[in-house]
Amino acid sequence: MKVSVLVRPKPGILDPQGEAVENSLRHLGFSVEAARVGRLVDLEVEATNEAEARQQVEKMCAELLANPLIESYEIELQ
Amino acid sequence: MKPRIGVLVFPGSNDDRDAALALEGLGAEALMVWHGEADLPDVGAVVLPGGFSYGDYLRCGAIARFSPAMQAVADFAAEGGLVLGVCNGFQILCEAGLLPGALRPNASLSFVCRDVTMRVERTDTHFTSRCEPGQDVTIPIKHGEGCFFADAELLDELETNEQVVLRYAANPNGSVADIAAVINAEGNVMGLMPHPEHAVDPLVGSTDGALVLGSVVDAVRERMAVSA
Repeated sequence: MKVSVLVRPKPGILDPQGEAVENSLRHLGFSVEAARVGRLVDLEVEATNEAEARQQVEKMCAELLANPLIESYEIELQ
Repeated sequence: MKPRIGVLVFPGSNDDRDAALALEGLGAEALMVWHGEADLPDVGAVVLPGGFSYGDYLRCGAIARFSPAMQAVADFAAEGGLVLGVCNGFQILCEAGLLPGALRPNASLSFVCRDVTMRVERTDTHFTSRCEPGQDVTIPIKHGEGCFFADAELLDELETNEQVVLRYAANPNGSVADIAAVINAEGNVMGLMPHPEHAVDPLVGSTDGALVLGSVVDAVRERMAVSA
């Protein structure tokens, strides 16, 4: 089963990459209010159903894919 | 017998030899410990050196924490063993949950490589006993991800428990509350972004790093004397 994990810097966390992207877009003439840069992890998970896949990926996020102090995550099953 | 101190070596560590050389210059016997080792040798302290373990993939230190040797370090720390993390070592200790907080990309997004001056906030730790209260120390930093982060609640806890050991005089990376070094509540695990192992010889401008590493050597020697 294909699963995507979107990892984002939590609101309020300084995101210098996002700021750099925002400034670059403004230099190019785009009117951008804010930009935040996160990470996308595409996984292929062995699971018999969606609930099992989600449970596994939740565990992956807690143990490795995201740092709960600074990052939030969203799991998308495909 | 010389105080024995382990220096962990991860794939991508690059300050392990400097750390060993600095510790030996301060009278210790340094034992290199490959990250794949499941057990630590008989040592009184462990140093996690700087570098780019596992290429800094995912987040700095996030992969190294799963090394077999890190489980041994966690057990060692739980029994009161002294653990010092420098730069990438600090990042690994935070990712492993042995120290509070996290290290994020520098606010400037630039890699910063220069001497920085810090105020010593505590001299009653195993890592700063050679320092004078309120002393300024100058030790080089060289990192791209040294911006220490703690949310308001955690920062309050760190300040209340006096877990901030070193503070930058001029913040080089955007760390909250100018934090350069933190210690765990138990007082046996400390991490810092500056590199004390690069400041032990007058040839390179400062010997203040010897105050930190020498304090660890002293602490191991004292513990050996007590257990002997």
